[in-house]
This record gives sequence, structure tokens and C-alpha cells, in this order.
Amino acid sequence: MSAMNMVQALNSALDVKLGEDPDIMIFGEDVGYFGGVFRVTDKLQEKHGLTRCFDTPISEGGIVATAIGMGAYGLRPVVEIQFADYILPAFDQLVSEAARLRYRSNGEFWAPITVRVPYGGGIFGGQTHSQSPEALFTHVTGLKSVIPSNPYDAKGLLISAIEEDDPVIFFEPKRLYNGLFEGRPDDPVKPWKNHPLAEVPEDIYRVPLGKARMIREGEAVTVLAYGTMVHVALSAIEECGIDAELLDLRSLVPLDIDAIVESVQKTGRCVIVHEASRFAGFGGELSSLVQERCFYHLRAPIERVTGWDTPYPHAFEWDYFPGPKRIIDALQRTQEV
Amino acid sequence: MKNRPELSLHIPEPASRPGGEPDFTALPLQDAGEQRCPDTLAPESELRDMPYGLVRVLDDEGKAVGPWAPDLPADHLLKGLEAMVLTRIFDDRLFRANRQGKTSFYMKSSGEEAIGAAHSLCLGERDMCFPTYRLLSWLMARDYPIVALCNQIFSNAKDPLEGRQMPVLYSAREYGFYSISGNLGSRLGHAVGWAMASAYRHDDSIAIGYVGEGTTAEGNVHEALTFAAVYRAPVILCVTNNQWAISSYSGIAGGDRTTFAAKALAYGLPGLRVDGNDFLAIHAATKWARERALGNKGATLIELVTYRQAAHSSSDDPTRYRPKDEAEAFPLGDPIDRLKQHLIVRGDLTEDAYEALHSDCEKRVREALREAEAIGTLGQSKPSVKAMFEQVFKEPDWRLIEQRREAGY
Ligand SMILES: Cc1ncc(C[n+]2csc(CCOP(=O)(O)OP(=O)(O)O)c2C)c(N)n1
Repeated sequence: MSAMNMVQALNSALDVKLGEDPDIMIFGEDVGYFGGVFRVTDKLQEKHGLTRCFDTPISEGGIVATAIGMGAYGLRPVVEIQFADYILPAFDQLVSEAARLRYRSNGEFWAPITVRVPYGGGIFGGQTHSQSPEALFTHVTGLKSVIPSNPYDAKGLLISAIEEDDPVIFFEPKRLYNGLFEGRPDDPVKPWKNHPLAEVPEDIYRVPLGKARMIREGEAVTVLAYGTMVHVALSAIEECGIDAELLDLRSLVPLDIDAIVESVQKTGRCVIVHEASRFAGFGGELSSLVQERCFYHLRAPIERVTGWDTPYPHAFEWDYFPGPKRIIDALQRTQEV
Repeated sequence: MKNRPELSLHIPEPASRPGGEPDFTALPLQDAGEQRCPDTLAPESELRDMPYGLVRVLDDEGKAVGPWAPDLPADHLLKGLEAMVLTRIFDDRLFRANRQGKTSFYMKSSGEEAIGAAHSLCLGERDMCFPTYRLLSWLMARDYPIVALCNQIFSNAKDPLEGRQMPVLYSAREYGFYSISGNLGSRLGHAVGWAMASAYRHDDSIAIGYVGEGTTAEGNVHEALTFAAVYRAPVILCVTNNQWAISSYSGIAGGDRTTFAAKALAYGLPGLRVDGNDFLAIHAATKWARERALGNKGATLIELVTYRQAAHSSSDDPTRYRPKDEAEAFPLGDPIDRLKQHLIVRGDLTEDAYEALHSDCEKRVREALREAEAIGTLGQSKPSVKAMFEQVFKEPDWRLIEQRREAGY
């Protein structure tokens, strides 16, 4: 065990898997010699060799297409898209090819690829360095979508993702890369060092896909969150003193529906939090699932706290960002009925 | 006063339209035997004239001439001829089946049969083909069961792809045939990735991928070429230039400006321009590119100059955009006629033997069709709807299990 931030934990996951399985290779823009713009692949090329971790042309479509071909051959490529915002040039490859290869070939070919994408806001990245495009992918059957919220899960989930035979989009909340973040613009990011979930085993371990983590038990309301929003929601809960139960979903596909239903049936109330825009966002799906499965247990309308339906703004970042205040308002509304 | 002309927008137009005279004078040609045959391991810098020539072996009399003439045994050539004849007959019968409402859709490869057949026979069993929808002759040359093709086209209870794919979008891993996707150009990068994986594993198999000349305009194609060049992938990337992309002639993809093979130059790849109706030339060029790839010299771009004789698909009527008799005027002839003539000239085939081969192929297609029709044509039988929910993921998640139950399966 040692204390790691999320970048180090992800690096460690890649490192141990490269060491264990010669079929794994890592590539993407600037990931080789330089170790990636966020340093997640730092020293991997030096340690494991040029052919195991290398730079690619600036061509997201090319990166994913190449990975699919390698995956079909029998390798397990792990590719990095430098920012989630730039996954769109690869969208066709992910949607039309990776997601459907197994289905359309009746199991003759499949794409065991992992696509790592740093995502999310709170870093003054403007429209092109802040987006949370998870709903674009959760809507596409055949892809899995995973989002860790802490270093321990990040390593364990990434190892599970790499070992998956289905294509996984692995969203990394870049605001959490170096430390905890409680959602206020003037909050400094606190180093992960003193957080229990920064204690990360050096060896291989797995966090299974499709299992939510209970962050905090409570009786008054269920809060569903993932990625950065887990920490923002936790600070909101602590601040307002409402006895909320907080679930970190960890993967959206597969989704831990049982944990969600069990919790909402117990508390009778539900607040859904995500960074992405609201309309047709993943929160809409969660809300519908809760309504379908917990209707007779619900004692208040389901609340959604999300980004607004605007492009991600620069100067208005903190007006857009679903911070603790908006979450507290929603929590309180659920208690008034 | 201006001494420059006004700007005017250029919209390319083909040499002739319906009612006009077919005209191929703009197509750069070369006589059989004229194009030089460089060493397979020659540096790319010595190959830059190649994309502007045309590798041809069979001359007008059916003789194999020049430095590219391969030394192929008669049974190899006869196997190729059989695959081509089988493909043409199959195409005609299944196109008719579409007109009879037995399938929703069909696409012929008429005029392009030499390409798949020569490639299938030239490449190794472990090489992987990343096909387009006009490579049926690849499967025919490897004896893929004809009845399974019919079952796929009819989406019947024995469809090997369980009713998930449109007709003719086959997948046949055991036959070195990757799954066909409807998104044009999207698989060229997969071919490059496959080839890179093979190189990474120190394997000795290569990949071959295809796009039509129209599809060379897709970004996917340029991405794939960049990756192939950068990582020296052991892959053969083919452009089948059949002159037409549905109703758009090759000029709409830039074909009036340069050859499609010449696209290779900017990537630092060798580009070969090959007579795509000449089985022997295709075979020789492919062997050249394969040897180069296995010599660790990386990728080759091959343009196969051919002509799409039939409609684009069963939903298309080519007489509305090109002269009716354009196919007959195509200067490179018909691939089946040319190989047949060559075999006769060689003394390895007689007209009678050809007739026997032809009627044997007809019989095989007829029998396969009868067998498949007994299982059912479109709408008469289909795979279990349960299959609709399978192969989405390796293991179905709760959504698929619940929804399958909800649908009653
Ligand atoms: C990405 C994409 N865009 C458009 C289409 C529709 N479409 C199907 S075939 C075709 C023409 C292709 O022409 P070409 O590449 O020359 O191949 P050919 O059909 O001549 O063999 C088009 C536009 C498609 N299938 N995929």
C-alpha cells in the first residue's frame, strides 16, 4: 500500500498490467516519451519499451480504428484521447464499429479495447476542455462507461476495464487527478494523501464493473452521483446536515440498478447529480429507472442537479458547475414534502 | 480593367451522360507488359513513378507478357476462374431473388470479380481481409458454403449472422474475412491495426483492406494511410476504382486530378496502379506488396482500375446517370472473358470445358438457392428473436435480460 493520487493510481494500473500481459499496449497523443499531458503514462515507455507505449498522430479516429483492429487480432489496446472533448472525431469508430463488431459478426470478432478519456470541468478549460460526454456513449448499446471518483477505485476499475472483452470508455475526472475537490471555485484541491481511498495497493487488484460504492449511509434521501460530483455532493450533504445516503455509481454501463433501487426504496427520496447538461443527460435515465422501480416508495419528486443546457462556458464556469449550493437546495426541497 | 479572369466554381462532370457516347480517353492506360517491375524491397524513393503507370499482364490476345507475368499453375488459374464465374452467376440469381421479393437488398460485384478471387488465392490462410461489399469472390475462391450466403441474404432461420445484418454484409472469420460494416471506409483503420498487431507479435500474417474510389474522400482513409505509413504496418490498402460511386463518377472523389494510387506519394508509401480486370496482374501486384510487407517494409497502396458493370445495388438504376453501353466500352474488358481466353491460349481450357464449368456453377448456385429457400426467404423464416438480444456484450447485462423477457423470449 502507498498513498497515491489518481494520476499515480492510474499509472500504476497501466504499469502492472503492462508488466503482466504482453498483449497490452498503450498509445495516444503524447503518451509515449512524454508520458501524456496529464502524466498518466509517465515512464511507461521508458520502463516497458517503445512498442508497449507509444505516441500517435493527432487522429482520434485513427487511434480508435487502429485499436479496434488490434483488438480484433487478439491484443488489448488501451488508448488515450487527450481530452474527452476530442473523442468526437472517433465517435463513428466507437459507435458504428467498436460497439457493434461482436453483434454484427455474431461473435466472430470483438473489440476488447479501453479508451481512456480525461473529462469534466472545474479547471477553466472552456468549451473544449471541460465537457462530460458520457450520455453520448451510455445511449450506445455495446459500449461500457466507467467513471472512478478516487485513486483506489481508479486503479481497480481500470484493471477491470482492461480485462473486459467489451469496449470500455473510461472517463477520468481530471479535476480529481491530483486531489479532492469540494466544488467551490475558491476551494484549493486538497491532496489525496490523507484520504483512505488514496491508499492503493501496488499490485494488481480489481474493482468490478457494475457495482456502486456506498459513500455514506443515510435515511432521509438517496443521492446518486459519479466522478467529481461524488465529492461535491458529499460536501453538500455534510454542510446541510441532512441525513442523506450517497451512492457513487462508478460505472454507468453496466449500472448497479439493485443498489439504486434498494437505497431509494429505503429513503423514499432521490437527488441525481452530474456535471453534464441536463436535457437527455444520464440523469434522465436514472430518474426514469427510479420512477419505474420505486414509484410507490417515493415521497418527493426526483430532483436533478446538473450542468445547464448551454455549451460549457469559460467566464461563467462557476455559474454552470453544479456546486454544493444547488445540491443543498435540491436536498432541502426533497425534505419539504 | 482586370487582367485576370473572374473566378468561377468548377464542378467536375463525367465525359458522358445517358444518351451520349461512352468516353474513356481521360483514363490513363498503358499496354500490357509495359510497366516495370521493381524489386519488392526497393526503397520507396525509387518507386515514385509507379502510381502513374498501370501494371498489366494479359494482352489483347490473352497472352501473359512483361516483367509482372506470374508463374502460376493451371489449377490455380482455373480455381480463380471458377470463383469468378460462381460469383457472377450467384450475383445474377440473387439480384433476381431481390426482384422477386425474396430479399430486401442485393449488391453485385459484376466486373470486379478478379479482385477478390486473385487476392483470396494469393494471400495466406492466416492473412485477414477487411472487405467491402463487392468482394464476394474472395469467399467463393475459398469455398465458403454458398447456401450460407443465401441464408444470410434471406435473413432466414439459418442466417449465420442470426438476422442482425443487412444482406451481403457477411462475416467469415474462418475464411479470413472480417465483418463488413455499412459505414464506408471505417474498416481501413482496422486493417492497419490488425497488421500492426501482427507485427507487434512477430507474426507472419498481414492484412488487406479495401475502399471504393468514392470512399477515398473519407477522413477514415487518410487516418488509416497515416497510421500505416507511420508504423510501417504490414498491410495492403486497396482502392477499387470501378469508376462510379453510386451516381457520382470518379472525378467527384478527385480522380480527374491524379490517380488514386498516387495518393500514396504524400504518405511515403509505394503506390501501384493495377489493371483490376486482369487476374494475373492483380495476383502479381498483390504478391509483390505481400512480400514487401513480410520483408518488414510496410504498407503498399494499390489502385485496382476496374468498372462496375451492374447497378450500385438493387435500389439503383444506373441508366439514369451514365451511358447504357459504357461497360462494353470500358477499355480493360471483362475479367472473366480475359482469364478464360488466357487459359484457352495456354491450352489449359477449351470452350467445352468452360461450358461444363459454367453449367456446374449454375447447378451449384441453383441447388444452394433451393436449399436456402426451403429454410425460408425474407419474412418466411427468421432466427429466434432471442438472438436479437445476444452478442451485444460478451455477457448480457440486466437491461438485455429484462428486455428480452419483456419481448417474450
Ligand atoms: C459513411 C457512409 N456514407 C455514405 C454511405 C452511403 N453509400 C453507400 S455505398 C456509397 C458509394 C460508395 O462508392 P465507392 O466507394 O466508389 O464504392 P463502390 O460502391 O463503387 O464499390 C455510398 C455513398 C455509407 N454507406 N457510408
